Amino acid sequence: MKASAFSYARPTSVSNALELLHAHGDRAKVLSGGQSLMPAMNLRLISPELIVDIGELTELRGIAVTGHGVRIGALTRHVDLARSGEIAAHAPLLVEAISHVAHPAIRNRGTLGGSLAHADPASELPACMLALNATIVVRGQAGERRIAAQDFFTGIYETALSPEELLVAVELPAKPKNSAHFFHEFARRHGDYAILGLAAQAIVDADIFSDLRLAFFAVGDRPVLARAAQKLTGVAVTSAVLSGASTALAEELDPQDDQQASASMRRHLAKVLLVRCVTGLLGRPDLDAGGSA
Amino acid sequence: MTAQVQISLDVNGERVDAHVAPRLNLADFLREHLQLTGTHVGCEHGVCGACTVRVNGDIVRSCLMLAVQTQDASIETIEGLSDSGEIADLQAAFRDRNALQCGFCTPGMLMAAQDLLKLEAEPDRDRIREHLSGNYCRCTGYQAIIDAIETTARARAGRAP
Repeated sequence: MKASAFSYARPTSVSNALELLHAHGDRAKVLSGGQSLMPAMNLRLISPELIVDIGELTELRGIAVTGHGVRIGALTRHVDLARSGEIAAHAPLLVEAISHVAHPAIRNRGTLGGSLAHADPASELPACMLALNATIVVRGQAGERRIAAQDFFTGIYETALSPEELLVAVELPAKPKNSAHFFHEFARRHGDYAILGLAAQAIVDADIFSDLRLAFFAVGDRPVLARAAQKLTGVAVTSAVLSGASTALAEELDPQDDQQASASMRRHLAKVLLVRCVTGLLGRPDLDAGGSA
Repeated sequence: MTAQVQISLDVNGERVDAHVAPRLNLADFLREHLQLTGTHVGCEHGVCGACTVRVNGDIVRSCLMLAVQTQDASIETIEGLSDSGEIADLQAAFRDRNALQCGFCTPGMLMAAQDLLKLEAEPDRDRIREHLSGNYCRCTGYQAIIDAIETTARARAGRAP
């Protein structure tokens, strides 16, 4: 199908864009890379009256390493992240995750800000933001708000962003010493949305997790930071400890049933990924007491 | 409110000026306004890859881009790549290997394949599969398509096919 008719504006500055969003509220929709918005419009799932195309706002583009970490402009494309030396050095988790996001032609247009604002619960980058403890920077006419990734995603395609605000950047904290990451997802075909996935960021000191952030996605209406990680933090991980964390994870998650997988299958896959993640990060294949996908 | 917008862009090396409705996507602009019908429209929501074109050197889905977003852009379609001879060897390999049956997916396949061959000198079959993962062929021709791309990569690297 084709998108229904709409008006089009191409603001020349962020303040210009914010004026338009203020004037039109939820009748307007922000167009970034368009790789989620355009399919939704072509399928007539949404029919905005006004498209605010922020593609020319070069101030929202680019990756900068600061004293506190890395700041990534909202318009930075997936392909830019995948090829960035700064991202490879400071957030290698993102590079790995992006190879699972759709296909090359989509990654050439899709943007980080667009993916986060769209907030598909089965998509990779929102979960990475949780794992990396990112701060989402949004701007409205009243000023800037800095929102922890954990508080940003509020439901299926829902975020803490108001219709009058623009997501302008993401800030990642500096990568600590001894940090390690894990990313894996199950999908029917490479590049499809995940049936279930895990993005994890850890600090490993002498074979012990001093920090472990496990962000599961496609497990409900938003990505989830698993509390079961606490059972693995600050202790010597044994098979029994891992098995306990695995049980706690299955109890904590409340995944959906859909045509891709049942809730119990998703719980099973989450446990499989937890074991792969922990044994991989610690280099301890012996911890796996059995069970496979 | 849905006023037409003026755009100027470059298509296959020629400058194009047009007035377009904001809702018009790039694929329909190429096909219906410029009669460049080599760009095919399959799913219209970015899944099938039949509408793949190059914008400023990068392959993109032309059904997921508005014509109004191409202001000042440089577009290359299958007609451009074909006429310039850039992919003559790849097209010959597709013919030799029977890598097309109905041909609907072929322009998109060629665009995606050439993109990979420009990025990497000798991709293995897994890399070829990965790079083409967003392009559907409904005649079940994937093996032959991968054969043709692998053959072309080897020939370009100066190795026997």
